[in-house]
Amino acid sequence: MAAISNPVPGGSRNSAGLVPPEPVEPVTSGQAPGGAGAAEPGPRGSGLGLLSRFRPGRGVVMAIPYGWLLLFFLIPFLIVLKISLSEAQLAIPPFTPLTETLAEEGRTVITLFWDNYRRLTGDDLYIIAYLNSLWIAFVSTIFCLLIGYPVAYAIAKADPRWRAPLLMLIILPFWTSFLIRVYAWIGILSDTGLLNNFLMMLGIIDSPLRILYTPTATYIGITYSYLPFMILPLYATLEKMDNTLLEAAADLGCPPWKAFLTITLPLSIPGMLAGSLLVFIPATGEFVIPELLGGPDTLMIGRVLWSEFFNNRDWPVASAVAIALLLFLVVPIMLFQNVQGRQQEAGRG
Amino acid sequence: MAMPPPTAAASPSRTAAKTTLEPWRDPQAKPYVRVEKVTKKFGDFTAVDDVSLSIYRGEFFSLLGGSGSGKTTLLRMLAGFEQPTEGRIFIDGVDMSGVPPYERPVNMMFQSYALFPHMTVEGNIAFGLHQDKVPKAEIQDRVREVLELVQLAQFGKRKPHQLSGGQRQRVALARALVKRPKILLLDEPLGALDKKLREQTQFELVNIQEKVGITFVIVTHDQEEAMTMSSRIAVMNRGYIAQVGTPTEIYEYPNNRFVAEFIGSVNTFSGRVIESAQDHSLVRSEEAGCDLYISHPSHIATGTPCWVAVRPEKVTISKDQPMGGEPGRNQTQGVVKEIAYLGDVSIYDVELDSGKRVRVTAPNVTRRTEMPITWEDRVHLSWRPFAGSVLTE
Ligand SMILES: Nc1ncnc2c1ncn2[C@@H]1O[C@H](COP(=O)(O)OP(=O)(O)OP(=O)(O)O)[C@@H](O)[C@H]1O
Ligand SMILES: [Mg+2]
Repeated sequence: MAAISNPVPGGSRNSAGLVPPEPVEPVTSGQAPGGAGAAEPGPRGSGLGLLSRFRPGRGVVMAIPYGWLLLFFLIPFLIVLKISLSEAQLAIPPFTPLTETLAEEGRTVITLFWDNYRRLTGDDLYIIAYLNSLWIAFVSTIFCLLIGYPVAYAIAKADPRWRAPLLMLIILPFWTSFLIRVYAWIGILSDTGLLNNFLMMLGIIDSPLRILYTPTATYIGITYSYLPFMILPLYATLEKMDNTLLEAAADLGCPPWKAFLTITLPLSIPGMLAGSLLVFIPATGEFVIPELLGGPDTLMIGRVLWSEFFNNRDWPVASAVAIALLLFLVVPIMLFQNVQGRQQEAGRG
Repeated sequence: MAMPPPTAAASPSRTAAKTTLEPWRDPQAKPYVRVEKVTKKFGDFTAVDDVSLSIYRGEFFSLLGGSGSGKTTLLRMLAGFEQPTEGRIFIDGVDMSGVPPYERPVNMMFQSYALFPHMTVEGNIAFGLHQDKVPKAEIQDRVREVLELVQLAQFGKRKPHQLSGGQRQRVALARALVKRPKILLLDEPLGALDKKLREQTQFELVNIQEKVGITFVIVTHDQEEAMTMSSRIAVMNRGYIAQVGTPTEIYEYPNNRFVAEFIGSVNTFSGRVIESAQDHSLVRSEEAGCDLYISHPSHIATGTPCWVAVRPEKVTISKDQPMGGEPGRNQTQGVVKEIAYLGDVSIYDVELDSGKRVRVTAPNVTRRTEMPITWEDRVHLSWRPFAGSVLTE
């Protein structure tokens, strides 16, 4: 950058794009040639004025997250979007470029290929896969909520000395690979697995239950894998809840179980929503769990996406599937969260 | 915001309650709340130490004490949030041991207000009535009534976060009042308010208490607040009760050093009891430079070391030998070291011959006295026999 070579003391701050890199001469010497010297006070003065309002330190701090999002979210998203609008071809890369420079006319032509999206609506495989994913994610989220709420509540109510170790136990599974943990479920759920052996040993069942390679195994896998994402935000909400509210309720004649329903539960809705979103969104696009635990008929959009990419090598359709998932899922959720966030802000006061 | 004056028929006025109805003087009267030798320990730490109290119906009873003196803990035991380690609490004759908070006939107004953030003002106030299964129509009436009482009629539909601090405080009060409890417990209800609003609200609280006739037990660490509002005050120190009495008793006749020094400013002279009679006590004090004659009994044996408290405004300061009185009794001399002019009064800091500093407050009656007292003047200090009070440690 030109800023580094700028010899003006302190000049490196405002030359970060505000002052054109040309006036590299040492202007402090006072013998700047007429033209540059005359132009000097103007831009410099206004530049400083701008800077004092701009505060570069703050700008940098704000730029980091935006830069991160730009680099790792927006750019990949645009790349995928671009691929989804091109046509598949047998080449490397396996899709046509969007832009084409027509040599004879010297113009650049952009061809947007919407067929991929039309295929998504045309073939009910995709629609069924979408709906199935949403359903599986929804059911798993409910299970996570039903299991996660009591767990989070118990930890939040536990003796403060026990809270950290208990939370540690919730986070502990993250220390092993996700893939290994899902594989472990094969060992548990298979016909000759731990669960069936155990149940048969107790004499509860005679023949092994067929769980592995069914949707049930998928539900179990997703619920198990995403449970911590439900527990942690719920715990955070429950733990910081003002205990005097419950005392006030008791004081007004409300027995504990009723205080839970009328005070604790409504006030933990933000935690439930946060946890549910953290489970629901990734669960919808889940690939590994249905692939490893679900049967061939456990149709989820993540698997469709995989097979489009790797089996059919149809990158454009796969990209279209991904974009559609994003639009159908993330956009409404973002809007919803936005509204929710504003309500919460008002609620805190 | 002025409360409409309570009608004489509806409730006895405060003065009447104070002068003619002083149930604590009547050995026959049945206390409404009885705290019997209650001790509360947190681990090894004793937060409330062997406290016994009787509070009577319709009282405005204050628990006054410094930070950490156990006031909140005592109040929470009355509400049922803490169980006494030892001792028992009776409310209206019923032993409260093991009775959970939601079954006690008391309501508490929390220091932090503890309003339910997800409910409207009306929802908050109606909450307690819903618990009692009060019919819908009656709930509506009572909520409206109490909202009018605390002058928040037009705020019923708001959420707590849309109210000012003072308004929230009144919602908290309304929520506790609407249940018509036998006893209302208030934990530093005015702590969050500025001085002006505080004073205003003190009067409101007293007015409301007179109107509804509920027994109030209020925690405060502001002695002025306790003095203006209470029928009686219990002064707490490190978990025990240092003294219980009417504001006047506490101020005029503190019976130990802690109370004397906690309430207002005071001069204390160390000495020794040389006469202890039914109608007076006499204390010899090197520090005061004279004998101290107190016109009420001290119940302290002759020869015992003690202190005598004299309030600054009870001391007369003059350049001349004071007329009357017995020389060498309640009369001493010193040199003026500091003078602070406060408009209505002046405060003099006088150094006695013993080196003891004595504070004197004197009203500025005339604008310019003939010979005003100034720095380094030698002055006479004197006070009447009823001005002093004998203290134990
Ligand atoms: N739950 C508890 N566990 C341990 N110690 C406690 C607990 N509650 C109160 N204490 C201690 O008991 C003592 C009395 O506390 P309390 O809250 O009754 O004081 P207070 O008189 O209300 O003081 P303040 O005017 O500051 O509110 C304090 O030293 C406090 O640290
Ligand atoms: Mg307190």
